[in-house]
Amino acid sequence: MIELDQVTVRAGSFELRDVSMRIPAGSHAALMGRTGSGKTTLMEAICGLRPVTAGRVWIDGRDVTTAVPGTRGVGLVPQDAALFGHLTVREHLTFALELRGWTAEAMAARVEALSGWLGIGGLLDRLPAGLSGGEAQRVALGRALSFHPRVLCLDEPLSALDDDTREGVCGLLEETRRREGVTVLHITHNRSEAARLADVMLRLRDGRVELEA
Amino acid sequence: MKEGPAREAGDRDATGLRPSRDAGFLAALAVLGGTYVALLAATMAADVLYTTPGHLWRALQSPEIRHAVRLSLLSSTLTTLLSLWVAVPIGYLMTRYRFRGHGVVDALLDIPIVLPPLVIGLSLLILFQLAPLRALERVFPVTYAVPSVVLAQFMVACAFAVRTLRATFESIDPRPEQVAWTLGCSRSEAFWRVVLPSARRGILTAATLAWARALGEFGPILVFSGATRMRTEVLPTTVFLELSVGNLEAAVAVSLLMVGAAVAVLWMIRARGNASVLGRAA
Repeated sequence: MIELDQVTVRAGSFELRDVSMRIPAGSHAALMGRTGSGKTTLMEAICGLRPVTAGRVWIDGRDVTTAVPGTRGVGLVPQDAALFGHLTVREHLTFALELRGWTAEAMAARVEALSGWLGIGGLLDRLPAGLSGGEAQRVALGRALSFHPRVLCLDEPLSALDDDTREGVCGLLEETRRREGVTVLHITHNRSEAARLADVMLRLRDGRVELEA
Repeated sequence: MKEGPAREAGDRDATGLRPSRDAGFLAALAVLGGTYVALLAATMAADVLYTTPGHLWRALQSPEIRHAVRLSLLSSTLTTLLSLWVAVPIGYLMTRYRFRGHGVVDALLDIPIVLPPLVIGLSLLILFQLAPLRALERVFPVTYAVPSVVLAQFMVACAFAVRTLRATFESIDPRPEQVAWTLGCSRSEAFWRVVLPSARRGILTAATLAWARALGEFGPILVFSGATRMRTEVLPTTVFLELSVGNLEAAVAVSLLMVGAAVAVLWMIRARGNASVLGRAA
């Protein structure tokens, strides 16, 4: 569950004031809104990448308003995948697990499971420079899910993909929710994509989050 | 085609445009730019043609010049390490954080680049006249000793390393670093695991530039370290000293050594650029 209670967050001269919303545990929420309406800023506040100047942020009943990003249990898939240029696909999948002190066997098992259903089993020893846009998004998704986060934040993960690739990744996002049971917050511009994936539709308009029918 | 309302018929063609003069434009660019390139090539050629292997050999036999070569290589390398040690944190901090006085620090960091190097040497000399530093010098001599050579080189070379690394960190997207935070990295873990590896090309470029800059530094060293043979003499000092006693052959021979070092530096920067395109650096 993600809950914002009268959150104010600032990005330069732009400010979102008194934003409140509630995304039930295990649901897939699509957050829509015009370019510049502050969707990414709001997501950054939830991930802990941008300080909240007022209000509270709750994740699964825990107040994480001042928690550092790493302790929030939030996996992030940014718009352009933002892969680590010097690490192989396998190293992306084990990055968070190494930090958590997983054993080599446990990491290998997790890599096998993730890479299997994400369809990146053949890419494990490749560097990001050699990946297509769709492959990079799958790796970014695997990296974000690797450590079993309770919340998954997707920032327009499909916007830069061609139609066929988009269809593939869309299917994976449906599969993600089924397999991992995470609460998903998904920023998107695409209404049909939102209708297909989301069971909660939110719109950010004039600094307020509205529930859409 | 219908005739348009051109002001004068003149030499316009059927479309109403003047005939292309691209060839003339390109020729003008080539002549203007070519003058400088030709001058550069000519000076290098003149150095090479003036020197004989005998001049080089004789220069390298001189104990003073051998001392200068050793001190130059040692001090430039030390300066490079010190510059990186300082320039990496400055470059990262100035790029990622906005703090009170950011603008002032920003301006201060560019001073060694715009200031005449001689003035930097003089400023160091005056700084070391202050009481606390004079007390330090009684235990650890700096002025007119080898440490002053490194310090004088460092003051200038580090500014170039800082500039290169700032450009490097500015060109690195902060998103991967932020993703690393969400994955559980502390700021320092993300810096070591994600930011620094992406900056490695910039770090190597900064190191090479700082080294070359340190090797060629003369003005501040002359003022702050003096030009004592077998003591604070570096290669640029050698050129100056040999010239001042009319030994042009030795001066040119030593200059050629520095040309060789400069060429090696340029080659290294380029080779690395290509290597990084080929894939993961070995």
